[in-house]
Amino acid sequence: MVNAWVLASIVAVVAGVVGFFTVLRGSAFAAHAIPNGSFAGAAGASLIGVSALLGLGVFSLAGALTIGLLGRRGRHDVATALALVMMLGLGALFLSFSTEYAPAVYSLLFGEVLGIASNEIAPTAILGLLCIAAIAVLYRPLMLSSVLPEVGEAHGISGFRMEMLFLAVLALATAMTVPVVGTLLIFSLMIGAPAAARSFTDRPLVAMALSIAFALVIVWIAIAASYETNYPVGFFVGSASAVSYALGRGWAAWSQRARRDEGTVAATTATGSLPS
Amino acid sequence: MSHFLTPVFAPGFFASEAVHIALGVGTLVAIVTGAVGVFTVMRGQAFAGEAFGDIGTTGGSGAFLVGVGPLWGFVIGNLLAAGAMETIGIQRTRGRDLATGIVLGASIGLAALFLYLYTASHSTTGETVTILFGSAFAIASSTFPLIALLSLLALAITITLYRPLLLATVSPEMAAARGIPVRMIGILYLIALALAAALAAITIGSILGTALLVGPAASALRLTKRPLVAMLTAAGIGIGAMWLGIVLAYDSYEWPPSGHGWPISFFVVTLVFILYLASGLPERRHRRRGDSPEQARPALDIVHESQ
Repeated sequence: MVNAWVLASIVAVVAGVVGFFTVLRGSAFAAHAIPNGSFAGAAGASLIGVSALLGLGVFSLAGALTIGLLGRRGRHDVATALALVMMLGLGALFLSFSTEYAPAVYSLLFGEVLGIASNEIAPTAILGLLCIAAIAVLYRPLMLSSVLPEVGEAHGISGFRMEMLFLAVLALATAMTVPVVGTLLIFSLMIGAPAAARSFTDRPLVAMALSIAFALVIVWIAIAASYETNYPVGFFVGSASAVSYALGRGWAAWSQRARRDEGTVAATTATGSLPS
Repeated sequence: MSHFLTPVFAPGFFASEAVHIALGVGTLVAIVTGAVGVFTVMRGQAFAGEAFGDIGTTGGSGAFLVGVGPLWGFVIGNLLAAGAMETIGIQRTRGRDLATGIVLGASIGLAALFLYLYTASHSTTGETVTILFGSAFAIASSTFPLIALLSLLALAITITLYRPLLLATVSPEMAAARGIPVRMIGILYLIALALAAALAAITIGSILGTALLVGPAASALRLTKRPLVAMLTAAGIGIGAMWLGIVLAYDSYEWPPSGHGWPISFFVVTLVFILYLASGLPERRHRRRGDSPEQARPALDIVHESQ
């Protein structure tokens, strides 16, 4: 139980940081596709008898590179969808080869947070630190290239290179989080918390801190609730993420209306459109 | 069958009932996803299409739990999700992806709960795999008429809306200026997409559903800029990939490891992926020769066609 608590907290911090840029860059689909597709790597790893973490890492990285390269020419969402189905197709092939794997699919997809051994904490923590260090190093160029891509290009920041680097960080975060919260649920943690945080503030660092805080609260509530009720932890992560996003949207709508009421006179002279 | 074809079509291929059903269902789904998919790609809603495939499994697992047919679970789950996405707000592309993501995340969480409750009461995990990956063609043949009917409904919505939908997709401002209810059109199209994705997911599995929705349409749109031609091309590509995939899957019973075939989804997805890569080649050759930029042309064609 303590192991689960520690590990899930590490995952939440990483999801909060990486997720902030995911939402900022509008990469929600990639954040869904990479973890979801990488499970094929785990299936393949179990087939040839190597560590699942290695399989996850290789496949999530390969998926990220495919999305980045295909997305350079052609539509980004099409590239993401095709990379995802290709990985899932391979996963289906691997699964069909091995007969014993089926029960393990469930835990890989939805997470097995309560059954974690203490020797799994160290590798996850190291990978998590790597992710956060990468984001810290990339922070300024990544921020510029996400918010104002044209200005970034003018400053010599290649949008394509930033995209590839960011997708690689996303893949790393995926490989470390998937064994803990499952391929499918890391996604709602990476989207819900940062999206909610952005509704509360426009300042990037504050938003990132809020996003980490939300992710932590979501994970803690989910683990406690899952421990109490015995329902899968993924269910609580998914619903808590959605609720936090709803709260964020509600707050944004409320504060916008309050601001509009205050500044009716000023707004009539302005452009007429509120900054969103 | 003549002798030289036997290496391609393994003995018994044309006599197998399962193959007949697979070919029939595969063709129907390829036509519907081809037509609906062209707009999915043009509108940048591939994520929504993918999400509907996954959300359908939530509905499906919920249906398993309460003991009704999974088809209704898929359809109702997707229609609810379409409503939720629309309510959250999908005006801008970026916000739309986020709305899709939130709905998808919550729905996967629900799927986890449903599957947990189901396995807790039935002590089996085989269903997980069946629901998630679609056991390609393992549904009761008595539901086929219903599936065909709902597929035609999705196709009918897309075809009826063709002109206003096209204009609303290419130039929302111009469509609005002409008095087309852009938002209403978007909602109706989302419903068609939800239906098409649900039917594809339940008949051929959510992996193949997404592959057929996005792959052939994206390839076709690289080959032609005319939406109607693209729809036909996409349906053709989808049917071709489906048929070849079924033939290969049937043949693969002879391949190692012996005893069972390779999954159809693997073959079809690989074919669709390769076709998408190949469809980019002509365009790239144009670019290298320094032809006039292609970007300006599609919009022109489309405006001509919609007038």
